[in-house]
Amino acid sequence: MEFVLLIFLPIVAALFIPLLFKRMKRIHTGWFVLAVPLVLFLYYATFIPSTMDGGHAISELQWIPSMGISFVSYIDGLSLLFSLLITGIGSLVVLYSIFYLDKNKEKLGNFYVYLLLFMSAMLGVVQSDNVISLYLFWELTSISSFLLIGYWFTRDRSRFGALKSMMITVFGGLMMLGGFVLLGIMGDTYSIRELIASAPDFVGHDYFTLALVLLLLGAFTKSAQFPFYIWLPDAMEAPTPVSAYLHSATMVKAGLYLVARFTPIFAFSEVWVWLVTGIGLLTLFWGSLFAVKQTDLKAILAFSTVSQLGLIMSLLGAGAITFHSNDAIFKFAMFGAIFHLINHATFKGSLFMIAGIVDHETGTRDIRKLGGLMSIMPVSFTIVFIGSMSMAGLPPFNGFLSKEMFLQSMVAIRQFELFQFDTWGILFPVIAWIASVFTFVYSFYFVFRTFAGKRKEGQLPQEPHEAPVGMLISPVILGVLVVGIFFIPNFVAKWLIKPAVAAIQPNLYSQPGDIDIHVAAWHGFKSVELWLTVGVIVVGALLFISLSKWQKVYGLQPAKLSLNALYDGMMSFSEKGMNRISRFYMTGLIRTYMIYIFAFISVAVLVILFTQDAFVVDMDSFAHIGVYSVINAVILLLAVCFVLLSKTRLAAIIALGAVGYSVALFFVIFKAPDLALTQLVIETVSVALFLLAFKHLPALKDHGETVKTKMTNGIVAIGVGITVTLVALSAHSQKLIPSIAQFYKDTVKTEAGGGNIVNVILVDYRGFDTLFEIAVLSIAGIGVLGMIKLRLGRKENSDENK
Amino acid sequence: METLITLLVGVLVTIAVYLLLSKNMIRVILGTAILSHAIHLLILTMGGLKKGGVPLIEGEAGSYTDALPQALILTAIVISFAVTAFLLVLAYRTYKETGSDNLDALRGVNDE
Repeated sequence: MEFVLLIFLPIVAALFIPLLFKRMKRIHTGWFVLAVPLVLFLYYATFIPSTMDGGHAISELQWIPSMGISFVSYIDGLSLLFSLLITGIGSLVVLYSIFYLDKNKEKLGNFYVYLLLFMSAMLGVVQSDNVISLYLFWELTSISSFLLIGYWFTRDRSRFGALKSMMITVFGGLMMLGGFVLLGIMGDTYSIRELIASAPDFVGHDYFTLALVLLLLGAFTKSAQFPFYIWLPDAMEAPTPVSAYLHSATMVKAGLYLVARFTPIFAFSEVWVWLVTGIGLLTLFWGSLFAVKQTDLKAILAFSTVSQLGLIMSLLGAGAITFHSNDAIFKFAMFGAIFHLINHATFKGSLFMIAGIVDHETGTRDIRKLGGLMSIMPVSFTIVFIGSMSMAGLPPFNGFLSKEMFLQSMVAIRQFELFQFDTWGILFPVIAWIASVFTFVYSFYFVFRTFAGKRKEGQLPQEPHEAPVGMLISPVILGVLVVGIFFIPNFVAKWLIKPAVAAIQPNLYSQPGDIDIHVAAWHGFKSVELWLTVGVIVVGALLFISLSKWQKVYGLQPAKLSLNALYDGMMSFSEKGMNRISRFYMTGLIRTYMIYIFAFISVAVLVILFTQDAFVVDMDSFAHIGVYSVINAVILLLAVCFVLLSKTRLAAIIALGAVGYSVALFFVIFKAPDLALTQLVIETVSVALFLLAFKHLPALKDHGETVKTKMTNGIVAIGVGITVTLVALSAHSQKLIPSIAQFYKDTVKTEAGGGNIVNVILVDYRGFDTLFEIAVLSIAGIGVLGMIKLRLGRKENSDENK
Repeated sequence: METLITLLVGVLVTIAVYLLLSKNMIRVILGTAILSHAIHLLILTMGGLKKGGVPLIEGEAGSYTDALPQALILTAIVISFAVTAFLLVLAYRTYKETGSDNLDALRGVNDE
């Protein structure tokens, strides 16, 4: 079966959603949607046995074969893990949304269309083997995320958040496309598998580092890494199912997927190791630090997501070290990254859902108004407790296992000797430990400020009560998973994690069975990470108890010195600043534009003329100077100066006539009788035309032109004049081929049967010119007639019934 | 000879451009007229001003001036005449409708 088509199943299903929504009013549309991710989840689950043995499945659909672009669904351990996350959590989120969104008040048709669109896009991202189609799906996730964040489009903050996430993720997406194109040039293929196969040749290629940085920009913007994380907290304006699905479990992990997928290509570079590990760790630290500051439940979760994504990112970076060092201890990093990725998806999904329930049942998400909900919402409390403790990294929850692995890897990084890690390496465990302490603090802050303490009567918009059963099913399932994974980590490892790790580190393992990592909750008293965890708990508990005393410190940061302010500044600059710049040079005055054009032409032409040594004057080819010509030239000059200097219109018109007639005289001198004839007639008619319009034309005023503008005009005019003269002189001096005049001369009698060469050229050799010249004349005539006759002024047109 | 005419063309172009840059509508039209004269002369000059007969063949063959530039100029004269006539009427109508021949004042409305 061509399972690549399954990627498009959600999109196809989305086509029917509006119909179902319109026709089946009584049934919540979500029930129909639920079937799609469930079917896909069950189908993808059947791939587990083959990937466990290191196998992979591939299915291809040609799209643009001539350019090597196709839809390829390539399922190995890594993409299968992500596909299962997307469809599994997708099912739970759809189920949750059925109870969260009211079928009568909300536009469910739109919601589920966007959600299914997103699901297709996400499956496409993780399964694509072709970088171009991967980019296509990548941007589709950005677009569907934009639509989902702006779901309540009547709210200002929704639209702001949607635009912000769009700007940042699409910026990253475009950079990533650049990286893909460079990779395509280096490897001469768009297939990721083939690129990985030829990856060792890329090291040292001119484009290698550039492609690496561009690709990482895409991954960092999507996965909300520092400093691009700012869109994620604002994306919390989306409905909670969307936040749970896109902004904790799936879309923000697309960047992690990208990093993991391209690790076999780029891990040879120290830039990769440093950037991925460093930025990841910085994001972890930054996100955990600022999560404590937030007062909105979803904002706390958004910052905690940022921080946890940073954790996984830094582990992926540390895992790339295995490409340089065979030290067994680094093997834990990649394993821990994938493990934490699964764990984070489970506990963060459930936390978001509970935050949504609290919002739904109390009417607020403000942590300052909440408190004492433990006895009212016992089930929600239990789940949120499990999720938070897992997030804080405490046993017996799955977060504990992956957090221990994380600390272990960060301690191990100190021993890595390449790339100056031995100098700076000490920073890694220290920052990681501090970040873990803050993670502990915000996890406790989140759960206990909401559910413990006293109830604040009268502050809540609604009387709180426990959520309906349907809404609790999904978080309960996730909560059970959180605890379950703690007790059976090695099953999860065998089924999901090891195949994924084997796909990321093909250099270490030829098949998943080779990975000799056994997850254990207990490492003995000698292990460093145990004492680090104990330290986290002790210091974290102390900090949490004294939270109210030091939380004020966050107020010290001035609002102007934040990344959000930087983003806002950039946006307002691109809007107002650019407008101001274009207003500065787009004056609306014809003269200004003429000056731009003339100045540019003369400068450009003169520069080229002299830099290319093209200026040559060859006097030999020139004809002798005739007396009549000189006299006529003087007359012409006088006439044209008169046009320039005349103060009255009549004088100017007559002088212009003189110019025309002396040009006609030149035609006579230079043996062009037909030209002279035409020129005389046309000049007469022109002057007549001017005189006809004379009565209606305004007086020749100069409209207050200052000396300064006259000077500028003069300089520009002289520049153009000089340019024309020099170009004409050097063009005339350097003729490459002789004129074809001889041909006309020879054939005019025999071929065309005429004696007047000029006329024969006009009507026989080059008759088309004449045809369209006639057309020009006719159009001008019609135009003149129209302008004189048609008078659809505002006054006449105001009442068409007259 | 060509040098002289080319210099003359340069002067004509300079004056034409100067007129084109002025604020007065009529001066701009005068500028376009002069510019087309200049260019016609330039085409003729570039074709070569060597001595030769008028390009009319009557009987025996001889030396003639190049006919092709002349044909090109003939076309250009008619077209520039059409454009000048059109511009002139346009100026006339603009002046009638708006009461101004100041190009700086004829900026239209500021958009937005």
